Amino acid sequence: MTFVLATLPEGRVLDVVRAPAHVLSQAGPGVDPQDPEIVQLCADLVATMRVSPGCVGLAAPQVGVSAQAFCVDVSEHPKARTTHGLIVLVNARVVESSRNEKGREGCMSVPDLTGDVKRATRITVEGQLPASGETARIETDAFEARALQHEIDHCAGLLFLDRVAGAHAIHTRKVYLAGESG
Amino acid sequence: MTYLAITVLGHDRPGIIAQTAEALAELGMNLEDSSMTLLRGHFAMTLICAGDAGAAKIEAALTPLLDGSLSVSVREVPQESEVAPLGESYLLTVHGADRLGIVARLAAVVAEAGGNITDLTTRLSGDLYVLVAEVDFPAATEIAAVRDRIARVADELGVEVGLRLVERDEL
Repeated sequence: MTFVLATLPEGRVLDVVRAPAHVLSQAGPGVDPQDPEIVQLCADLVATMRVSPGCVGLAAPQVGVSAQAFCVDVSEHPKARTTHGLIVLVNARVVESSRNEKGREGCMSVPDLTGDVKRATRITVEGQLPASGETARIETDAFEARALQHEIDHCAGLLFLDRVAGAHAIHTRKVYLAGESG
Repeated sequence: MTYLAITVLGHDRPGIIAQTAEALAELGMNLEDSSMTLLRGHFAMTLICAGDAGAAKIEAALTPLLDGSLSVSVREVPQESEVAPLGESYLLTVHGADRLGIVARLAAVVAEAGGNITDLTTRLSGDLYVLVAEVDFPAATEIAAVRDRIARVADELGVEVGLRLVERDEL
């Protein structure tokens, strides 16, 4: 199943912001999906995600813009089950969720730490498509569900650090590989 | 700039962390890394702080903590490099009836394989003994062989054991 997405303009590659930048901790405002600036922002998020090795999702606060917009693409990821290809959504929220599971997450905006985070493994997300403004409803599971929740959290000003499973659930990142997104 | 390792151990009560942190802050010592837990109800905290006050000055500042139920030790330590070796993290989990030598025997297997334990918690609850450890093994380690040795030792000890790769997802 492929996610239907309007053609976006050409995106620019932006710098990724790292914690403790305040923008990462601010809840982004809802946006007008048809605003050309928002459409361009969405295109920029996709372009930036595409050039970042290992990156499967990127939210507006991570490029320094406080707004509810993100992209996700887990189609190449071995842990993905249901996939919708490239997903770009604004004003998205989780409307249903079940089956929590703990997993260790890393984030481009927190490059030196990882954390154990419980997330629902089955979710339904509702949001709007950039450009058309059409409402989209996505039902998914496994890794795509985790990625969507991670990005929706970014839009709400939350990092995985705000969701860790306990006092010993934050770890120093141990492995750096050549070409890793860091 | 000096780095100091401080340990505080003893009878638990509210306010130990607040008092310790305040004394260190007043001396301009930055609390860089810390870990605290209760072990069988005993307060146990270890921390590393950095600044210009020496060990003697800090010991003096922490003296008010010493009410007979707590012990404090302060010593200077070198600044360790934070560069971690390449390798993979595994979670070692053990549970079974309590008996002498579980940690010793299993940690020995890990050490022989060049594995480094980076986090360890053990709990005894009634007759049930539980061990959870995070272990880094060098990239070239033959994990299947390590798993076999751990399974053999676990068999001898009569405990259940698991060793699984800690998978990390980049988002």
